[in-house]
Amino acid sequence: MAKRFSAYPYVWRLPLLLWQGLFFVGPLLLMVAMSFWLVRNYRMTPDFVFDNWERMLGRGYFWDAYRVTFIRASIAASLASLIAFPASYALAFRVSETVRRWAIFFLIVPFFTSYLVRIYAWQVLLAETGPINSVIGFGGLGPFTMLNSGFGAMVGYMTLVLPLVIILQTFSLAAIDRNLIEAAWNLGARPRDTLFRVILPAAKVGLIIGAVFAFILSFGDFVSPFYLGGSRPPTLSILIIDTTKSGQQWPRAAVVAIMMIVTLFAAAFAAVGAAYRQRK
Amino acid sequence: MKPSDLVFRVYLAAIFVFVFAPIVTSMIFSFNSDRFPTVPLGSFTTHWYQTAFSRPEVWTAFGNSLIIAVCAAALSTSLGFVTAYTDFRYGFRFKTAYLALALLPPTIPLVIMGLAMLAWLRQLGLSGTLTGIVIAHTVMGAPFAMAICRLRLQQMDSALEAAAWNLGASPWRAMRVVVIPFCLPALISAYCLTAAVSFDEFLVAWFVSGLNKTVPVMILEILQGNVDPQINAIGTVVFLTSMVLVIIAQLLILRKTAR
Repeated sequence: MAKRFSAYPYVWRLPLLLWQGLFFVGPLLLMVAMSFWLVRNYRMTPDFVFDNWERMLGRGYFWDAYRVTFIRASIAASLASLIAFPASYALAFRVSETVRRWAIFFLIVPFFTSYLVRIYAWQVLLAETGPINSVIGFGGLGPFTMLNSGFGAMVGYMTLVLPLVIILQTFSLAAIDRNLIEAAWNLGARPRDTLFRVILPAAKVGLIIGAVFAFILSFGDFVSPFYLGGSRPPTLSILIIDTTKSGQQWPRAAVVAIMMIVTLFAAAFAAVGAAYRQRK
Repeated sequence: MKPSDLVFRVYLAAIFVFVFAPIVTSMIFSFNSDRFPTVPLGSFTTHWYQTAFSRPEVWTAFGNSLIIAVCAAALSTSLGFVTAYTDFRYGFRFKTAYLALALLPPTIPLVIMGLAMLAWLRQLGLSGTLTGIVIAHTVMGAPFAMAICRLRLQQMDSALEAAAWNLGASPWRAMRVVVIPFCLPALISAYCLTAAVSFDEFLVAWFVSGLNKTVPVMILEILQGNVDPQINAIGTVVFLTSMVLVIIAQLLILRKTAR
């Protein structure tokens, strides 16, 4: 074909650049710029001062929130990975192709249904006088306080991330070459050894990616810590909302947001680095 | 069946109970007479539906959500398709950066997207408008649409398009009669999924919406008040809407992989 300029490729390439540039990169850059602005008389004025940074990073409550958020997200990621693993193992190795496909189907459905309503349902289920406590009560135990606690928040995080983690783990386990596992068996490896020395290393990338997604989602989530965790202590997302909605202090909220993004990127890079290390 | 298989099955069942417990109980409680539901359940009632749907603002919110979902899904699907096609057809400098730009939005926490969008749309004079929410939802939906279209294109023999060119079709014509018909199931399922994403999204919409509330934003605001079973009634309708969309999308995806 003659080499002449054709508009055709650019018609397909440019829309994304324009749209994401205008409505994704633009907003994020503005947010970074905004963190250096000043608020006077409830009005933001463009400026270049470090006032907001000093105020947020110099306060104990910011670092308290940071610590709580980080620890909770780490626990949620570990817990989700551990709870998910036996299920993913079963789906990858112990059920038929059809069962696996339907199981994945049903794990995708909740991902696209209202998270908010699911959390509200947990609020009712876990209440002091709610159904779960009354069932426990028939056995003469309880009632247990499950809401407004770290436990409540964790139930919410699991609701959010568990289906996704199971899906990612199942895919990576199902992709393992069965011959490897059979070879291990034939060479006399015990089930324990097969699991730790063959299956886990082979599925490492998928397992780590699952944990990373669980971390990212729990780290940024606002609904679970607010409605099930009682928002005390506040997490970073709650801090952003409080600062934005009540005080009009958008620049300070931007500082919190940037700290969150930096943390997430660092965590993601560290994890991806760990996932691909020693794989030649 | 080995005994360990039984253990695995029970475990799997327990996981699915956990995942679907909130969905199912919310539906049951929407027909239950108690304001504070417990076991045993109260009597059957449609009271919460009647109360919820006799309020005009609920209908307005459903209208808003519907308009936003229809528009955002159309935009996300188009954007996702053109991007997937670019990735499929062309190699160019900075392609990694291009793809990162396309796939990054879901990794940014919603709270942050909400704040950034609010500030940006305020500058453009679009905060508090439905257009603003459509814009935000398109940014969030496009990566999903792109992934679905890309998977479908993967299954297309790239010689197919070249054959059409050799037979004298212009690239445009080849796109119209070869590529788009081939991708149609993916386009429909991407449309349904991105509509479901938009229909359920509450956080960015809450930041941006102002007075033009969508259904999830209204639920969020009712939630901040008190326990109110109307949420179950509204939530059940929302669940059913998005589940229908997701199931249509999934059936199309499953069917195309079966072939």
